[in-house]
This record gives sequence, structure tokens and C-alpha cells, in this order.
Amino acid sequence: MSRRAWRWLIPLAALPLLALLAYGFRVNPREIPSPLVGRPAPGFALTAFDATPLTLDAQRGRVVVVNFWASWCYPACYEEAPVLEQSWRAYRDRGVLVIGVDIQDTVEAAQKFIRDFGLSFPNAPDPTGKVSVDYGTYGVPETFFIDRRGRIRARHVGALTDDVIRAHVERLLAEPAG
Amino acid sequence: MIPELGYGAAIVALGLALWGALAAALGARTGRPALVLSAQHAALGVFALVTACLALLMYAFLTFDFSVRYVATNTNLGTPFYYRITGVWGALEGSIILWTWMLALYTLIVILRHRESARELYPWVLTVMLGVLAFFLLVITVAAPPFARLHPVPADGHGLNPLLEDTGMITHPVALYLGFTGLTVPFAFAMAALITGRVGDAWLTMTRRWTIVAWYFLSLGLLIGGWWSYHVLGWGGYWAWDPVENAAFMPWLTATAFLHSVMIQERRRMLKLWNLALVIMTFGLTLFGTFLTRSGVIASVHAFTQGTIGAFFLGFLALVLLTALGLLAWRWDALGAQGALDSVVSRESAFLLNNVMLVAAAFTVFFGTVFPLLSEALRGVKVSVGAPFFNQVNVPLFLGLIFLMGVGPLIAWRRASVDNLRRNFLGPVLTGVAAAAFFFALGVHSALAVLTLALTVFVAATIALDFARATRVRARMGEPLLPAMGGLLRRHNRRYGGFVVHLGVLIIAVGVTGSQAWSVQTETTLGRGESTELAGYRVRFEDLAASEESNHFKVAGAFTVSDGRVLGVLRPAKKFYPQEQSPIAYVDYRLGLREDIYLVLGDFARDGSRATVKLQVNRLVSWIWIGGLVLTAGAGLAILPETKRTA
Repeated sequence: MSRRAWRWLIPLAALPLLALLAYGFRVNPREIPSPLVGRPAPGFALTAFDATPLTLDAQRGRVVVVNFWASWCYPACYEEAPVLEQSWRAYRDRGVLVIGVDIQDTVEAAQKFIRDFGLSFPNAPDPTGKVSVDYGTYGVPETFFIDRRGRIRARHVGALTDDVIRAHVERLLAEPAG
Repeated sequence: MIPELGYGAAIVALGLALWGALAAALGARTGRPALVLSAQHAALGVFALVTACLALLMYAFLTFDFSVRYVATNTNLGTPFYYRITGVWGALEGSIILWTWMLALYTLIVILRHRESARELYPWVLTVMLGVLAFFLLVITVAAPPFARLHPVPADGHGLNPLLEDTGMITHPVALYLGFTGLTVPFAFAMAALITGRVGDAWLTMTRRWTIVAWYFLSLGLLIGGWWSYHVLGWGGYWAWDPVENAAFMPWLTATAFLHSVMIQERRRMLKLWNLALVIMTFGLTLFGTFLTRSGVIASVHAFTQGTIGAFFLGFLALVLLTALGLLAWRWDALGAQGALDSVVSRESAFLLNNVMLVAAAFTVFFGTVFPLLSEALRGVKVSVGAPFFNQVNVPLFLGLIFLMGVGPLIAWRRASVDNLRRNFLGPVLTGVAAAAFFFALGVHSALAVLTLALTVFVAATIALDFARATRVRARMGEPLLPAMGGLLRRHNRRYGGFVVHLGVLIIAVGVTGSQAWSVQTETTLGRGESTELAGYRVRFEDLAASEESNHFKVAGAFTVSDGRVLGVLRPAKKFYPQEQSPIAYVDYRLGLREDIYLVLGDFARDGSRATVKLQVNRLVSWIWIGGLVLTAGAGLAILPETKRTA
């Protein structure tokens, strides 16, 4: 290589660094796999806003989507609420149950939220925060997908999209119940 | 209406910045001053428009305009007045507006100061400044629009992150951004020097004061950040080697190196290439820091939300690095040194070593910061790099730097004679050794602490020696003592400003050493009326009190602190914000020169019968903040206009 040409290698020195940073977009440092995935879902017995009892154990044999939310969780919970309601309507006849767990909230604000979005799946407050602690939630919204045998199979942090719900639910529905 | 105005202003500003950058470059190429003048007008327009954007966003905050998504996410009806103002830069979009406004302000001052004096460099400086502005305006208009609307309009907003509701948050980002954006100016001059081929000293002389200003704000931003961390976060520390702290620290290190290496080029015509490389590195690191903070690539407590903005910053970083390094390669032949290193024992080599150490520190911090990413890319393993790594590599480097701080300013240029060394260093070295013995006898047995303190004393002694000697010369010529001292500071403000900054750094080093070596803490649960003791202090739990504040609920404990006599009642608290899942600690403390008493409230019984409290006695921490004040004075002295040497 001639003496004049090698200096053009100087700018090239920046390329590995840039490549590394670009690689950074492909990974998510916040994605911490839940240690609960693959384990039996922690049971709970709550009372829904409409005063009916809501227990997880009674749902064995169904695919359950447990969604943690709050009325102050803005904008993520506002984005996913209609999506969740739509999925519930689409899947309820195929043995899927959506459960909303409202955490750190006031009853009035939560009921207004449910009314505003016309949510028809069961929703219950978690007054002591015990359920969200059992599930190890970091924040809202956070969603757990539970298979027919009562094991947590996936966890989603942040607002749900139609694709995410469909992918998880279809996969769990395809599995045999036994 | 208001948001549309703001958005419109940003788009027009973007157009003006693009035109200005182009016009200035064309004007320089074709030698038509009218084009440069047009670019100058465009820059003034950009400043006015960005000011309007900032004002409009502030107005939206003050009037609770929740139809603006950014306002709804970062404020609510309970947010107090001044946090509605600082909330403007409390998150990603607004922080970019503040950043852009400061950049526009710097551009304005560059125009005012240098439109006559910078001659051939000036149009290119304008091109670079406006080019950088155009990038940030592109971010504002496309990637992170602060004026984006929200439907339906919520009745109340989400509220600011409670940790940001602190006076430190008003000043910390402002100082830090003034530092970051200020570093664009030396970069613009360096690029202009490379483009025009005028790589001599002119660009250095013109940017010296700019670099000091930016460096000073960066230092201040780091220190205020430390203060905020210390009195808000409740872990009793001021520095955690968090990726985002590192992001601000790296350009500080390279800018510090640059401030020193400039002197060698001015004096000995050496290091031209190195100085340009340092400026490019520093500016690159400020962009890297912004990228790091705003891309979500590396996990950090400071991280803003993720989004497409990371790709924008990466693209711009690539453009800047490739262009700048390409220009450097292009001008390679003109960048050779005219002077040569005569001896290893000389001021040149002391400065050179200082540069090597500073850049090495920057490199290790950089390496530690990106290592998690590297590890995941190459081995697929998630790791995190913590304080032990950073401390282990950096502490020896910083000790070396403190030593050089004593050597550099007094050792002779070119080749130091044995006589020069004896004359300047025998006294300080002996003082340092005596100090080591003194501290050891006093009961300081940590080798690291003794070494740091002894080095500090050594450097302080060199400064005292130099100042005393120079004062004596003037006093001998018949000047009274105090005017002699004052005249010295004023006439050689650059040298003595530097010395005062060094003193500030020494004081900070003492504070860091003390807090690391001698702080103690304990955590205990107390029933009402019970006490605990630590390091001669007795802390008694009196009571719990709950109160409703404008936007949160607060539970405060009352603890009487005494050391034989009652010193006062401290009230650490927990604040419960409806939008946050976990309570926010509110630390209470009693600051002192020797030590701080620092209380954090832990869990408590609802009936107020019991409370857990973390009690820390943090030694010498106040000296870190005092050192910051001294540093401020020194930087102020150093940027005073130089006086004519007629005496």
C-alpha cells in the first residue's frame, strides 16, 4: 500500500464502533425473561368490580390472559384496552379468558376506565397488591399468558398489540389440554 | 393552535438552518460575502424560531394543555408551577428543544464575536454550526416531535417523574447541556480549520475560551448531578458509573485533555493532529452520550424512552465521524509537528502523559460502558459492568493525574535541569512526604487514602510555592502584598485561573477520598422513643406524620439527632405518587464540613409505632461541593479577557 493511501484507513476505524451501536438496536436491555415462565401461575382469588368472585384456579383447562393495568397508566393502558377487548370478543368462544387486574388505583377511576372503553371481560382490583407482587410485575401494563394446564408460558411488558395476543393465544390453543 | 405554531416554527427553522449551512459553504467556495451574510441572517432566524418553540412549549405546560401528548405525559394538574417550567425539559422531546435552543444561542454568540475576527474560518464555522442545528431540528420535526397532539384529550396528565421534582433538576440538565452544546463550537472551528487547510494556531486561539466555558458547564453539570443523586436518590452516593453518567464524563475527560494539549501546540508547535483528534473525539462523545441516553440501547436509570430517535443519532454520529476523520486524513500532510520532544523530563512530556492518562481513562470508561453490548454481540451473554471495574482502572489513573497536576505547571519547557527540579519540587515533595507521615500518625491506615492525601498536599504546595514566588517578585518591586497578589491573578489570569481550578479538583479529590474511605452506615428498626447510635451520634425515633401535598401523599418520620447535645430533628419521608408504583424516598440530612448525617426512611408501621431507618455518617462529602465552587471561581478567572502586557 502506498504511503498516501493508508491514511484513508483512519475514517474506517470508526466503522466497527458504528456497527456495534447499530447492533444495539436489535437487542433490548430491558427484556429480562421472567423466572416464572414455565412455572405454575400463582393462584389468586379476587372480587371483580361487579362483585363476582374471580379465582384463577377455577379456570383450569382454559387459556388465560392476565393483564395488569391501572387507570393512571397513560398512554400504554389506553392504547391496549380496546385491543384487549376486541381479542376477548374474538376468542371467548374458543375457551380463552381475559382477566384484568387493576393495581394501585382508586375504584372510581378504574370503573370510569372500564366504562369508557366498554370492557366486558372480568376486571378486579388488587387492593393489597399481593397478586402483582406474586407475578413479579415491574410496571403496568404487563400481561401473562397462562396455558390450559395453569402454567405461565409468556410475559409481555408494555402495551399489547393484536399480533402479540394472537401469536401467544393461538400457540396455547393449539396445545392439547391434558 | 399553539402546538401547530410550534411545529410550524420548527419546520421553518429547519429550512433556514439547511439553507444557511449551504449558503455559508457556497459563499466560502465562491468568495461571495452576500451568501455568508444570508447564512448569518438564517442563523439569527433559527435562533428566533427555536426560542419561539421553547416559549410555546413552556406556555403549553403552564396552561396544562393536555391536548399536547408531551405535556400530558410529563405534567398533571397537581404539578407545582416551577416544575411545570422545568418539566419542559424533563423528558426526551423537550430536552431536545432546550438543547437546540442552546446550540442556536451559541451560534448567535459565535456570530457576534467572530464574524470579523475569524476571517476564512468563519463561513465554515457557520456551516458546521448550522448543519448540527439542522440535524437537531430534524429530530424535533420528525423523530421526536414535542408538539404531537393527543386524542382524546385526557382530563388530567400523567405527571412528571417524581424524582425530577427537585431544584437540582432545574439546573443539572441546563448546565450539562450548556456544556455539551458548547463543545460544538471548538468542533466547528476544528472542521473549518481542516476544510480551509488553516490548521495552524488561529482556530485554537479562538476556541480556547469557548472550550473553557463548555468544559466548565460540563463540570458543573456533573457536580450538580452528583448533588442531586446524593440528596434525592437516598443511597448516600453521588456517582454510580451509570452509563449515562459515563456518557457525560467521557467528553469531560477528553475536553480536559484538549485544554492542556492546546498549550503545547501554542508553545511548541507540536500535537496539531492530536488536538484536532481530541476535538473530534470530544464532539463525537457528546453525540455518543446523547445517543446512549436516548436510544435505549444500554440499560440505565437515566434512559429516556426508546424510539426511532436512536437511529437518527446513530446516522448523524456516523456522518460526523466519517466526515471529520476523512478531513483529517485529507489534511494529513499538513499536520506534522514543527517542534520535537527534547527530553522526557520536561513540561511537554508531563502534559503529554497527562493527555495519555486522560484519554486512557476516557477509553476505559467507554469500554466499560459498551462492554455489555459487545459481550452480547460477540458471545450472546448478558453482562453488566459495575463500579468495581471502573474504580479499579480509574483510581490509579486519577492518582497519576493528580501527581502530574503538581509537576506540569512548574517543570521547565524542553528540558528540565536538575537545578529546576530541585528549585521547584524539593519543598513540595518534602511537604507531601511529611503530610503522608502526619496522616498516618493521625490514624489513617488505608494506603490509598494516605497516598491521595499526600499527593493532594504535594500539588497544593507546588501551587502555593509558585504563587508565593511570583508575589515576592512583585512585592520586591515595591507593590504592597495584597495588590501584588490581585494584580498577579488578573494579569496572568489564565495561569492562575488554571491553578484555582486545580485547587478545586484537589478539594473534590479530598471529598471523594474521605467519603469512600471513612463513611459508615447502619440500618435498624426502631419503636417509638427508641434510639440507635452510630459514630458518636444518637438518633431517636419520635413519631410519624402523614400529610397530603399538592400532587402526592407524604409520610414523614421525626428523628431527634444528638451527639451529647441535641443537634436537631431530621424528617426523612416517603412520598406516594398516584402515578408511581413504589414510593419515592425523601432524604433528610444535616450537612457538615467534617461529616454529614444522612437519614433515609424505610418501612414503617401504619400506626406510627415502628419505623426502619437507614442512618449514614458520610465523611467529607461537603468538600466535593465546595471544590465545585472553587472550580467555578477558577474557570471564571481563566476566561476573563487577557489584559495588555504593558507593565
